[in-house]
Amino acid sequence: MKGSSRVLPGFRLSLGLGVLYLSLIVLLPATTLVMQAAQIRWSELIFYFTDPRLLAAIRVTFFAATCAAMCNALLGLLLAWILARYEFPGRKLADTLVDLPFALPTAVAGLTLSALFAKNGWIGQLLAPLGVEISFSIAGIILAMTFTSLPFVVRSLQPVIEDLAPEYEEAAECLGANRLQIFLRIILPTLMPALSMGTALALVRSLGEFGAVIFIAGNRPFSTEVVSLMIYTYIGEYAYGAAAAVAFFLLLVSLLILLFVQLLQFRFRARANP
Amino acid sequence: MRQTRSPLRRPTAAGWLLIGSGLFFVVTLLVLPLVLIVSSAFSAGWALFTKNLLEPDMLAAIRLTLWVALLTVPINLIFGTAIAWCVTRFDFPGKKILLAFVDTPYAISPVVAGLCYLLLYGNQGWLGGWLDQHGIQVMFAWPGIVLVTIFVTSPYVARELIPLMQAQGSQEEEAAVLLGANAWTLFRRITLPNIQWALLYGTVLTTARAVGEFGSVAVVSGSIRGHTNTLPLQVQLLQQDYNSVGAFTASLLLACIALLTLLLKTVLEYRQQKTLS
Repeated sequence: MKGSSRVLPGFRLSLGLGVLYLSLIVLLPATTLVMQAAQIRWSELIFYFTDPRLLAAIRVTFFAATCAAMCNALLGLLLAWILARYEFPGRKLADTLVDLPFALPTAVAGLTLSALFAKNGWIGQLLAPLGVEISFSIAGIILAMTFTSLPFVVRSLQPVIEDLAPEYEEAAECLGANRLQIFLRIILPTLMPALSMGTALALVRSLGEFGAVIFIAGNRPFSTEVVSLMIYTYIGEYAYGAAAAVAFFLLLVSLLILLFVQLLQFRFRARANP
Repeated sequence: MRQTRSPLRRPTAAGWLLIGSGLFFVVTLLVLPLVLIVSSAFSAGWALFTKNLLEPDMLAAIRLTLWVALLTVPINLIFGTAIAWCVTRFDFPGKKILLAFVDTPYAISPVVAGLCYLLLYGNQGWLGGWLDQHGIQVMFAWPGIVLVTIFVTSPYVARELIPLMQAQGSQEEEAAVLLGANAWTLFRRITLPNIQWALLYGTVLTTARAVGEFGSVAVVSGSIRGHTNTLPLQVQLLQQDYNSVGAFTASLLLACIALLTLLLKTVLEYRQQKTLS
Protein backbone atom coordinates (compact mmCIF):
# COMPACT_ATOMS: atom_id res chain seq x y z
CA MET A 1 0.00 0.00 0.00
CA LYS A 2 2.75 2.44 0.89
CA GLY A 3 3.95 3.90 -2.34
CA SER A 4 7.34 5.11 -1.17
CA SER A 5 9.05 2.62 -3.48
CA ARG A 6 6.53 3.26 -6.27
CA VAL A 7 6.84 -0.16 -7.81
CA LEU A 8 3.60 0.30 -9.68
CA PRO A 9 3.52 2.20 -12.95
CA GLY A 10 1.35 5.15 -13.87
CA PHE A 11 1.88 7.52 -10.97
CA ARG A 12 2.72 10.56 -13.05
CA LEU A 13 0.16 9.79 -15.71
CA SER A 14 -2.75 9.19 -13.31
CA LEU A 15 -1.84 12.11 -11.05
CA GLY A 16 -1.44 14.37 -14.08
CA LEU A 17 -4.77 13.35 -15.56
CA GLY A 18 -6.50 13.69 -12.19
CA VAL A 19 -5.11 17.12 -11.44
CA LEU A 20 -5.81 18.38 -14.96
CA TYR A 21 -9.38 17.12 -14.85
CA LEU A 22 -10.15 18.47 -11.37
CA SER A 23 -8.55 21.81 -12.21
CA LEU A 24 -10.61 22.29 -15.35
CA ILE A 25 -13.88 20.81 -14.15
CA VAL A 26 -14.01 21.76 -10.46
CA LEU A 27 -11.33 24.24 -9.46
CA LEU A 28 -11.54 26.73 -12.33
CA PRO A 29 -15.35 27.19 -12.27
CA ALA A 30 -15.40 27.34 -8.46
CA THR A 31 -12.61 29.93 -8.45
CA THR A 32 -14.55 31.99 -10.98
CA LEU A 33 -17.46 32.15 -8.57
CA VAL A 34 -15.23 33.10 -5.64
CA MET A 35 -13.49 35.82 -7.70
CA GLN A 36 -16.80 37.19 -8.89
CA ALA A 37 -18.07 37.27 -5.30
CA ALA A 38 -14.84 38.93 -4.14
CA GLN A 39 -15.38 41.84 -6.56
CA ILE A 40 -18.68 42.76 -4.95
CA ARG A 41 -18.50 45.94 -2.87
CA TRP A 42 -19.72 45.96 0.74
CA SER A 43 -22.47 48.45 -0.07
CA GLU A 44 -23.80 46.12 -2.79
CA LEU A 45 -23.57 43.16 -0.45
CA ILE A 46 -25.62 44.97 2.18
CA PHE A 47 -28.10 45.95 -0.50
CA TYR A 48 -28.51 42.32 -1.66
CA PHE A 49 -28.77 40.82 1.79
CA THR A 50 -31.32 43.30 3.11
CA ASP A 51 -33.82 42.50 0.37
CA PRO A 52 -36.81 41.15 2.33
CA ARG A 53 -37.66 38.74 -0.49
CA LEU A 54 -34.21 37.13 -0.29
CA LEU A 55 -34.30 37.06 3.50
CA ALA A 56 -37.67 35.31 3.37
CA ALA A 57 -36.25 32.77 0.91
CA ILE A 58 -33.26 32.15 3.17
CA ARG A 59 -35.58 31.62 6.15
CA VAL A 60 -37.83 29.24 4.21
CA THR A 61 -34.87 27.26 2.84
CA PHE A 62 -33.11 26.83 6.18
CA PHE A 63 -36.32 25.98 8.00
CA ALA A 64 -37.43 23.44 5.38
CA ALA A 65 -33.97 21.89 4.99
CA THR A 66 -33.61 21.50 8.78
CA CYS A 67 -37.03 19.86 9.02
CA ALA A 68 -36.19 17.60 6.07
CA ALA A 69 -32.87 16.60 7.64
CA MET A 70 -34.67 15.77 10.91
CA CYS A 71 -37.30 13.73 9.06
CA ASN A 72 -34.48 11.97 7.26
CA ALA A 73 -32.65 11.21 10.50
CA LEU A 74 -35.77 9.55 11.95
CA LEU A 75 -36.98 7.86 8.79
CA GLY A 76 -33.44 6.83 7.85
CA LEU A 77 -32.89 5.31 11.29
CA LEU A 78 -36.14 3.37 11.00
CA LEU A 79 -35.43 2.09 7.47
CA ALA A 80 -31.78 1.25 8.12
CA TRP A 81 -32.77 -0.58 11.29
CA ILE A 82 -35.44 -2.80 9.76
CA LEU A 83 -33.36 -3.47 6.62
CA ALA A 84 -30.25 -4.42 8.59
CA ARG A 85 -31.92 -6.29 11.43
CA TYR A 86 -35.00 -8.19 10.37
CA GLU A 87 -35.89 -10.82 7.85
CA PHE A 88 -39.26 -10.04 6.29
CA PRO A 89 -40.94 -10.51 2.92
CA GLY A 90 -40.02 -7.72 0.51
CA ARG A 91 -36.82 -6.79 2.34
CA LYS A 92 -34.61 -7.05 -0.76
CA LEU A 93 -37.05 -5.00 -2.83
CA ALA A 94 -37.35 -2.29 -0.17
CA ASP A 95 -33.56 -2.24 0.15
CA THR A 96 -33.20 -1.66 -3.60
CA LEU A 97 -35.96 0.97 -3.71
CA VAL A 98 -34.24 3.09 -1.05
CA ASP A 99 -31.81 4.23 -3.76
CA LEU A 100 -34.63 5.41 -6.02
CA PRO A 101 -34.35 9.11 -4.99
CA PHE A 102 -30.74 9.16 -6.23
CA ALA A 103 -31.57 7.41 -9.49
CA LEU A 104 -34.78 9.30 -10.30
CA PRO A 105 -34.23 12.74 -11.87
CA THR A 106 -35.20 15.50 -9.45
CA ALA A 107 -37.60 17.06 -11.94
CA VAL A 108 -39.51 13.80 -12.21
CA ALA A 109 -39.56 13.46 -8.42
CA GLY A 110 -40.93 16.99 -8.01
CA LEU A 111 -43.57 16.61 -10.69
CA THR A 112 -44.76 13.28 -9.32
CA LEU A 113 -44.80 14.23 -5.64
CA SER A 114 -46.68 17.44 -6.39
CA ALA A 115 -49.32 15.47 -8.34
CA LEU A 116 -49.51 12.83 -5.62
CA PHE A 117 -49.97 15.32 -2.78
CA ALA A 118 -52.07 17.93 -4.61
CA LYS A 119 -55.61 18.50 -3.35
CA ASN A 120 -57.03 16.15 -6.00
CA GLY A 121 -54.06 13.75 -5.90
CA TRP A 122 -54.11 10.18 -4.62
CA ILE A 123 -52.74 11.07 -1.19
CA GLY A 124 -53.64 14.76 -1.16
CA GLN A 125 -57.38 14.05 -1.32
CA LEU A 126 -57.10 11.90 1.80
CA LEU A 127 -55.36 14.74 3.64
CA ALA A 128 -57.51 17.59 2.35
CA PRO A 129 -60.52 16.84 4.64
CA LEU A 130 -58.09 17.00 7.59
CA GLY A 131 -57.09 20.48 6.50
CA VAL A 132 -53.56 19.36 5.60
CA GLU A 133 -52.17 20.91 2.44
CA ILE A 134 -48.85 19.68 1.16
CA SER A 135 -48.37 20.64 -2.47
CA PHE A 136 -47.74 24.37 -3.00
CA SER A 137 -46.89 25.00 0.66
CA ILE A 138 -43.80 24.77 2.84
CA ALA A 139 -44.80 21.20 3.76
CA GLY A 140 -44.34 20.36 0.09
CA ILE A 141 -40.84 21.82 0.12
CA ILE A 142 -39.99 19.71 3.16
CA LEU A 143 -41.46 16.63 1.47
CA ALA A 144 -39.44 17.17 -1.73
CA MET A 145 -36.23 17.77 0.22
CA THR A 146 -36.84 14.68 2.37
CA PHE A 147 -37.42 12.58 -0.72
CA THR A 148 -34.32 13.66 -2.64
CA SER A 149 -31.95 13.13 0.30
CA LEU A 150 -33.56 9.99 1.75
CA PRO A 151 -30.73 7.53 0.90
CA PHE A 152 -27.97 9.47 2.74
CA VAL A 153 -28.91 8.48 6.30
CA VAL A 154 -30.05 4.97 5.43
CA ARG A 155 -26.88 4.15 3.53
CA SER A 156 -24.52 5.56 6.14
CA LEU A 157 -26.29 3.76 9.02
CA GLN A 158 -26.92 0.39 7.43
CA PRO A 159 -23.35 -1.00 7.52
CA VAL A 160 -22.88 0.22 11.12
CA ILE A 161 -26.08 -1.50 12.29
CA GLU A 162 -25.04 -4.68 10.45
CA ASP A 163 -21.72 -4.61 12.31
CA LEU A 164 -23.18 -3.96 15.79
CA ALA A 165 -21.91 -6.74 18.02
CA PRO A 166 -24.87 -8.36 19.80
CA GLU A 167 -22.80 -8.95 22.97
CA TYR A 168 -23.29 -5.44 24.36
CA GLU A 169 -27.03 -5.56 23.95
CA GLU A 170 -27.14 -9.00 25.55
CA ALA A 171 -24.97 -7.84 28.45
CA ALA A 172 -27.19 -4.82 29.02
CA GLU A 173 -30.25 -7.01 28.92
CA CYS A 174 -28.73 -9.38 31.50
CA LEU A 175 -28.01 -6.39 33.72
CA GLY A 176 -31.70 -5.52 33.62
CA ALA A 177 -31.87 -2.69 31.11
CA ASN A 178 -35.14 -2.32 29.29
CA ARG A 179 -35.42 -1.95 25.51
CA LEU A 180 -35.56 1.83 25.54
CA GLN A 181 -32.49 2.04 27.80
CA ILE A 182 -30.59 -0.36 25.55
CA PHE A 183 -31.46 1.73 22.52
CA LEU A 184 -30.65 5.10 24.08
CA ARG A 185 -27.56 4.10 26.06
CA ILE A 186 -25.96 1.35 23.95
CA ILE A 187 -27.13 1.50 20.36
CA LEU A 188 -27.67 5.21 19.67
CA PRO A 189 -24.20 6.34 20.85
CA THR A 190 -22.61 3.77 18.53
CA LEU A 191 -24.68 5.05 15.63
CA MET A 192 -24.08 8.75 16.31
CA PRO A 193 -21.04 9.25 14.01
CA ALA A 194 -22.77 7.70 10.99
CA LEU A 195 -26.12 9.29 11.85
CA SER A 196 -24.65 12.79 12.15
CA MET A 197 -22.70 12.34 8.90
CA GLY A 198 -25.74 11.13 6.97
CA THR A 199 -27.94 13.88 8.38
CA ALA A 200 -25.40 16.56 7.48
CA LEU A 201 -25.15 15.29 3.91
CA ALA A 202 -28.94 15.31 3.71
CA LEU A 203 -29.02 18.86 5.08
CA VAL A 204 -26.47 20.14 2.56
CA ARG A 205 -28.28 18.45 -0.28
CA SER A 206 -31.61 19.90 0.87
CA LEU A 207 -30.23 23.44 1.17
CA GLY A 208 -29.24 23.39 -2.49
CA GLU A 209 -32.11 21.33 -3.89
CA PHE A 210 -33.74 22.93 -6.90
CA GLY A 211 -35.43 20.55 -9.35
CA ALA A 212 -37.71 18.69 -7.00
CA VAL A 213 -38.61 21.76 -4.93
CA ILE A 214 -39.68 24.16 -7.67
CA PHE A 215 -42.30 21.72 -8.98
CA ILE A 216 -44.04 21.34 -5.63
CA ALA A 217 -43.39 24.66 -3.86
CA GLY A 218 -45.69 26.96 -5.80
CA ASN A 219 -42.80 29.48 -5.69
CA ARG A 220 -44.74 32.40 -4.21
CA PRO A 221 -42.38 35.25 -3.21
CA PHE A 222 -42.04 35.74 0.57
CA SER A 223 -43.63 32.39 1.41
CA THR A 224 -42.56 29.40 -0.70
CA GLU A 225 -39.48 30.56 -2.58
CA VAL A 226 -36.17 28.82 -1.89
CA VAL A 227 -32.64 30.24 -2.15
CA SER A 228 -31.65 28.19 -5.19
CA LEU A 229 -34.69 29.53 -7.03
CA MET A 230 -33.68 33.09 -6.06
CA ILE A 231 -30.25 32.47 -7.60
CA TYR A 232 -31.95 31.10 -10.71
CA THR A 233 -34.18 34.18 -10.90
CA TYR A 234 -31.20 36.53 -10.52
CA ILE A 235 -29.44 34.72 -13.37
CA GLY A 236 -32.54 35.13 -15.54
CA GLU A 237 -32.47 38.88 -14.80
CA TYR A 238 -28.74 39.05 -15.64
CA ALA A 239 -28.10 40.19 -12.04
CA TYR A 240 -24.89 38.16 -11.90
CA GLY A 241 -23.54 40.11 -8.91
CA ALA A 242 -26.49 39.23 -6.73
CA ALA A 243 -26.50 35.65 -8.04
CA ALA A 244 -22.79 35.24 -7.24
CA ALA A 245 -23.18 36.75 -3.76
CA VAL A 246 -26.06 34.46 -2.80
CA ALA A 247 -24.43 31.42 -4.44
CA PHE A 248 -21.21 32.08 -2.54
CA PHE A 249 -23.19 32.37 0.69
CA LEU A 250 -24.92 29.04 0.03
CA LEU A 251 -21.61 27.37 -0.83
CA LEU A 252 -19.98 28.74 2.31
CA VAL A 253 -22.79 27.49 4.56
CA SER A 254 -22.64 24.03 2.95
CA LEU A 255 -18.89 23.78 3.41
CA LEU A 256 -19.14 24.97 7.03
CA ILE A 257 -21.75 22.32 7.80
CA LEU A 258 -19.54 19.60 6.30
CA LEU A 259 -16.50 20.92 8.17
CA PHE A 260 -18.43 20.97 11.44
CA VAL A 261 -19.50 17.36 11.00
CA GLN A 262 -15.94 16.32 10.15
CA LEU A 263 -14.77 17.88 13.42
CA LEU A 264 -17.61 16.11 15.20
CA GLN A 265 -16.33 12.81 13.79
CA PHE A 266 -12.93 13.42 15.42
CA ARG A 267 -14.69 14.04 18.73
CA PHE A 268 -16.63 10.79 18.41
CA ARG A 269 -13.47 8.89 17.53
CA ALA A 270 -11.59 10.40 20.45
CA ARG A 271 -14.39 9.41 22.80
CA ALA A 272 -14.50 5.86 21.41
CA ASN A 273 -10.72 5.29 21.83
CA PRO A 274 -9.53 7.59 24.63
CA MET B 1 -11.67 -4.34 12.17
CA ARG B 2 -14.94 -5.34 10.61
CA GLN B 3 -16.76 -7.86 12.73
CA THR B 4 -18.80 -10.60 11.19
CA ARG B 5 -22.19 -9.40 10.09
CA SER B 6 -24.81 -10.12 12.76
CA PRO B 7 -27.45 -12.40 11.24
CA LEU B 8 -30.90 -11.18 10.32
CA ARG B 9 -33.47 -11.90 12.98
CA ARG B 10 -37.03 -13.04 12.97
CA PRO B 11 -39.01 -9.98 13.98
CA THR B 12 -40.73 -9.80 17.35
CA ALA B 13 -44.10 -8.08 17.79
CA ALA B 14 -42.36 -4.72 18.22
CA GLY B 15 -40.20 -5.57 15.23
CA TRP B 16 -43.26 -6.11 13.06
CA LEU B 17 -44.55 -2.71 14.16
CA LEU B 18 -41.29 -1.08 13.02
CA ILE B 19 -41.32 -3.03 9.77
CA GLY B 20 -44.93 -2.04 9.16
CA SER B 21 -44.27 1.66 9.63
CA GLY B 22 -41.07 1.47 7.56
CA LEU B 23 -42.86 -0.25 4.70
CA PHE B 24 -45.67 2.31 4.93
CA PHE B 25 -43.16 5.06 4.09
CA VAL B 26 -41.51 2.96 1.38
CA VAL B 27 -44.89 2.47 -0.28
CA THR B 28 -46.12 6.07 0.00
CA LEU B 29 -42.83 7.78 -0.87
CA LEU B 30 -41.21 5.35 -3.29
CA VAL B 31 -43.74 2.93 -4.79
CA LEU B 32 -46.79 5.18 -5.26
CA PRO B 33 -44.87 7.84 -7.25
CA LEU B 34 -43.74 5.17 -9.72
CA VAL B 35 -47.28 3.85 -10.08
CA LEU B 36 -48.54 7.40 -10.56
CA ILE B 37 -46.04 8.09 -13.35
CA VAL B 38 -47.12 5.02 -15.32
CA SER B 39 -50.83 5.61 -14.79
CA SER B 40 -50.61 9.33 -15.68
CA ALA B 41 -48.57 8.72 -18.83
CA PHE B 42 -51.19 6.27 -20.07
CA SER B 43 -54.19 8.12 -18.59
CA ALA B 44 -55.36 9.22 -22.04
CA GLY B 45 -54.65 5.93 -23.76
CA TRP B 46 -51.90 4.44 -25.89
CA ALA B 47 -52.59 6.65 -28.88
CA LEU B 48 -51.84 9.90 -27.03
CA PHE B 49 -48.85 8.30 -25.30
CA THR B 50 -47.24 7.44 -28.64
CA LYS B 51 -48.23 10.81 -30.10
CA ASN B 52 -46.54 12.60 -27.16
CA LEU B 53 -43.52 10.39 -27.52
CA LEU B 54 -43.14 11.11 -31.24
CA GLU B 55 -43.49 14.91 -30.98
CA PRO B 56 -40.47 16.46 -32.74
CA ASP B 57 -39.53 18.46 -29.60
CA MET B 58 -39.64 15.32 -27.49
CA LEU B 59 -37.49 13.40 -29.97
CA ALA B 60 -35.01 16.29 -30.10
CA ALA B 61 -34.86 16.29 -26.27
CA ILE B 62 -34.24 12.55 -26.21
CA ARG B 63 -31.50 12.87 -28.84
CA LEU B 64 -29.77 15.71 -26.98
CA THR B 65 -29.98 13.90 -23.64
CA LEU B 66 -28.42 10.76 -25.11
CA TRP B 67 -25.70 12.82 -26.83
CA VAL B 68 -24.81 14.53 -23.53
CA ALA B 69 -24.64 11.20 -21.71
CA LEU B 70 -22.57 9.69 -24.52
CA LEU B 71 -19.93 12.41 -24.15
CA THR B 72 -20.03 12.66 -20.36
CA VAL B 73 -19.71 9.01 -19.42
CA PRO B 74 -16.42 8.07 -21.19
CA ILE B 75 -14.72 11.26 -19.98
CA ASN B 76 -15.70 10.65 -16.36
CA LEU B 77 -14.82 6.98 -16.69
CA ILE B 78 -11.26 7.67 -17.83
CA PHE B 79 -10.50 10.48 -15.39
CA GLY B 80 -12.37 8.83 -12.50
CA THR B 81 -10.32 5.66 -12.92
CA ALA B 82 -7.10 7.69 -13.11
CA ILE B 83 -7.94 9.49 -9.87
CA ALA B 84 -8.85 6.24 -8.10
CA TRP B 85 -5.59 4.64 -9.29
CA CYS B 86 -3.42 7.48 -8.11
CA VAL B 87 -5.01 7.93 -4.66
CA THR B 88 -5.26 4.23 -3.80
CA ARG B 89 -1.90 3.05 -5.15
CA PHE B 90 0.44 5.91 -4.21
CA ASP B 91 1.16 8.22 -1.30
CA PHE B 92 1.93 11.80 -2.17
CA PRO B 93 1.65 15.21 -0.55
CA GLY B 94 -1.68 16.90 -1.22
CA LYS B 95 -3.66 13.66 -1.53
CA LYS B 96 -6.24 14.87 1.00
CA ILE B 97 -6.71 18.09 -0.95
CA LEU B 98 -7.17 16.16 -4.18
CA LEU B 99 -9.84 14.02 -2.51
CA ALA B 100 -11.56 17.12 -1.14
CA PHE B 101 -11.84 18.45 -4.69
CA VAL B 102 -13.27 15.14 -5.86
CA ASP B 103 -16.08 15.55 -3.31
CA THR B 104 -16.69 19.26 -3.89
CA PRO B 105 -19.49 18.80 -6.47
CA TYR B 106 -21.53 16.98 -3.80
CA ALA B 107 -21.59 20.14 -1.69
CA ILE B 108 -22.51 22.49 -4.53
CA SER B 109 -26.14 23.16 -5.38
CA PRO B 110 -26.89 22.38 -9.05
CA VAL B 111 -27.94 25.98 -9.68
CA VAL B 112 -24.69 27.25 -8.19
CA ALA B 113 -22.76 24.80 -10.41
CA GLY B 114 -24.56 26.18 -13.45
CA LEU B 115 -23.76 29.73 -12.33
CA CYS B 116 -20.05 28.92 -11.95
CA TYR B 117 -19.90 27.74 -15.55
CA LEU B 118 -21.98 30.68 -16.74
CA LEU B 119 -19.58 33.12 -15.09
CA LEU B 120 -16.64 31.36 -16.72
CA TYR B 121 -17.91 30.70 -20.25
CA GLY B 122 -20.75 33.23 -20.56
CA ASN B 123 -20.60 36.36 -22.71
CA GLN B 124 -19.10 38.49 -19.94
CA GLY B 125 -17.16 35.57 -18.48
CA TRP B 126 -13.41 35.07 -18.23
CA LEU B 127 -13.17 32.74 -21.17
CA GLY B 128 -16.44 33.76 -22.77
CA GLY B 129 -15.05 36.80 -24.60
CA TRP B 130 -12.19 34.85 -26.13
CA LEU B 131 -14.47 31.98 -27.14
CA ASP B 132 -16.91 34.46 -28.65
CA GLN B 133 -14.18 36.02 -30.82
CA HIS B 134 -13.35 32.60 -32.17
CA GLY B 135 -16.97 31.81 -32.88
CA ILE B 136 -17.27 29.07 -30.28
CA GLN B 137 -20.50 29.05 -28.35
CA VAL B 138 -20.41 27.12 -25.10
CA MET B 139 -23.26 28.61 -23.08
CA PHE B 140 -26.83 28.12 -24.24
CA ALA B 141 -25.60 25.33 -26.51
CA TRP B 142 -24.80 21.65 -26.05
CA PRO B 143 -21.12 22.06 -25.05
CA GLY B 144 -22.22 23.97 -21.92
CA ILE B 145 -24.71 21.27 -21.04
CA VAL B 146 -22.00 18.62 -21.42
CA LEU B 147 -19.59 20.61 -19.22
CA VAL B 148 -21.99 21.08 -16.30
CA THR B 149 -23.08 17.46 -16.57
CA ILE B 150 -19.44 16.35 -16.33
CA PHE B 151 -19.09 18.57 -13.25
CA VAL B 152 -22.19 17.24 -11.52
CA THR B 153 -21.37 13.58 -12.20
CA SER B 154 -17.59 13.86 -11.69
CA PRO B 155 -17.38 12.19 -8.23
CA TYR B 156 -19.32 9.02 -9.04
CA VAL B 157 -16.76 6.78 -10.77
CA ALA B 158 -13.89 7.73 -8.45
CA ARG B 159 -16.06 7.40 -5.32
CA GLU B 160 -17.30 3.98 -6.43
CA LEU B 161 -13.76 2.69 -7.13
CA ILE B 162 -11.73 4.18 -4.25
CA PRO B 163 -13.09 2.12 -1.32
CA LEU B 164 -12.96 -1.07 -3.38
CA MET B 165 -9.40 -0.55 -4.63
CA GLN B 166 -8.32 0.41 -1.12
CA ALA B 167 -9.79 -2.82 0.27
CA GLN B 168 -8.19 -4.96 -2.44
CA GLY B 169 -4.70 -3.55 -1.91
CA SER B 170 -1.97 -3.72 -4.54
CA GLN B 171 -0.24 -7.04 -3.86
CA GLU B 172 -1.47 -8.72 -7.02
CA GLU B 173 -0.42 -5.73 -9.08
CA GLU B 174 3.02 -5.57 -7.48
CA ALA B 175 3.48 -9.28 -8.18
CA ALA B 176 2.60 -8.67 -11.82
CA VAL B 177 5.19 -5.90 -12.07
CA LEU B 178 7.85 -8.16 -10.57
CA LEU B 179 6.94 -10.80 -13.13
CA GLY B 180 7.62 -8.24 -15.83
CA ALA B 181 4.16 -7.09 -16.89
CA ASN B 182 4.08 -3.67 -18.54
CA ALA B 183 1.61 -1.00 -17.43
CA TRP B 184 -1.08 -1.77 -19.98
CA THR B 185 -0.94 -5.54 -19.41
CA LEU B 186 -1.03 -4.94 -15.67
CA PHE B 187 -4.13 -2.80 -15.92
CA ARG B 188 -5.92 -5.02 -18.42
CA ARG B 189 -5.14 -8.39 -16.84
CA ILE B 190 -5.05 -7.64 -13.09
CA THR B 191 -6.74 -4.37 -12.16
CA LEU B 192 -9.61 -4.35 -14.62
CA PRO B 193 -10.95 -7.84 -13.79
CA ASN B 194 -10.85 -6.95 -10.09
CA ILE B 195 -12.79 -3.72 -10.44
CA GLN B 196 -14.91 -4.40 -13.52
CA TRP B 197 -18.30 -4.63 -11.81
CA ALA B 198 -17.76 -1.56 -9.66
CA LEU B 199 -16.54 0.28 -12.75
CA LEU B 200 -19.65 -0.80 -14.60
CA TYR B 201 -21.82 0.38 -11.72
CA GLY B 202 -19.99 3.70 -11.71
CA THR B 203 -20.84 3.96 -15.40
CA VAL B 204 -24.49 3.16 -14.78
CA LEU B 205 -24.72 5.71 -11.98
CA THR B 206 -23.01 8.40 -14.07
CA THR B 207 -25.35 7.69 -16.98
CA ALA B 208 -28.42 7.91 -14.78
CA ARG B 209 -27.34 11.21 -13.25
CA ALA B 210 -26.21 12.62 -16.58
CA VAL B 211 -29.56 11.86 -18.16
CA GLY B 212 -31.52 13.29 -15.23
CA GLU B 213 -29.57 16.44 -14.32
CA PHE B 214 -31.91 19.40 -14.09
CA GLY B 215 -30.79 22.43 -12.05
CA SER B 216 -27.39 23.13 -13.55
CA VAL B 217 -28.54 22.31 -17.07
CA ALA B 218 -31.50 24.67 -16.64
CA VAL B 219 -29.04 27.51 -15.97
CA VAL B 220 -26.70 26.93 -18.91
CA SER B 221 -29.01 25.55 -21.58
CA GLY B 222 -31.27 28.54 -22.26
CA SER B 223 -34.06 25.98 -22.81
CA ILE B 224 -34.47 26.60 -26.51
CA ARG B 225 -37.28 24.34 -27.64
CA GLY B 226 -36.11 21.55 -29.92
CA HIS B 227 -32.49 22.71 -29.62
CA THR B 228 -31.08 22.89 -26.10
CA ASN B 229 -33.84 21.17 -24.19
CA THR B 230 -32.88 17.97 -22.44
CA LEU B 231 -35.46 15.46 -21.30
CA PRO B 232 -35.76 16.74 -17.70
CA LEU B 233 -36.18 20.31 -19.01
CA GLN B 234 -38.82 18.99 -21.40
CA VAL B 235 -40.71 17.67 -18.36
CA GLN B 236 -40.82 21.19 -16.94
CA LEU B 237 -41.73 22.78 -20.26
CA LEU B 238 -44.64 20.41 -20.86
CA GLN B 239 -45.84 20.94 -17.30
CA GLN B 240 -45.82 24.72 -17.83
CA ASP B 241 -47.76 24.18 -21.06
CA TYR B 242 -50.43 22.38 -18.99
CA ASN B 243 -49.66 19.23 -20.96
CA SER B 244 -49.63 17.01 -17.92
CA VAL B 245 -49.86 13.75 -19.88
CA GLY B 246 -46.87 14.82 -21.98
CA ALA B 247 -44.86 15.72 -18.88
CA PHE B 248 -45.57 12.30 -17.41
CA THR B 249 -44.66 10.64 -20.70
CA ALA B 250 -41.19 12.21 -20.55
CA SER B 251 -41.10 11.33 -16.84
CA LEU B 252 -41.88 7.71 -17.63
CA LEU B 253 -38.84 7.48 -19.91
CA LEU B 254 -36.64 8.91 -17.16
CA ALA B 255 -38.22 6.69 -14.50
CA CYS B 256 -37.50 3.62 -16.64
CA ILE B 257 -33.83 4.62 -16.76
CA ALA B 258 -33.89 5.04 -12.97
CA LEU B 259 -35.43 1.61 -12.44
CA LEU B 260 -32.94 0.04 -14.83
CA THR B 261 -30.18 1.70 -12.79
CA LEU B 262 -31.49 0.14 -9.57
CA LEU B 263 -31.77 -3.28 -11.22
CA LEU B 264 -28.22 -3.11 -12.59
CA LYS B 265 -26.93 -1.91 -9.22
CA THR B 266 -28.32 -5.00 -7.51
CA VAL B 267 -26.87 -7.32 -10.16
CA LEU B 268 -23.48 -5.60 -10.33
CA GLU B 269 -23.00 -5.44 -6.55
CA TYR B 270 -23.74 -9.15 -6.37
CA ARG B 271 -21.18 -9.89 -9.11
CA GLN B 272 -18.58 -7.66 -7.44
CA GLN B 273 -19.01 -9.51 -4.15
CA LYS B 274 -18.57 -12.83 -5.95
CA THR B 275 -15.35 -11.55 -7.58
CA LEU B 276 -14.04 -10.51 -4.17
CA SER B 277 -14.71 -13.79 -2.40
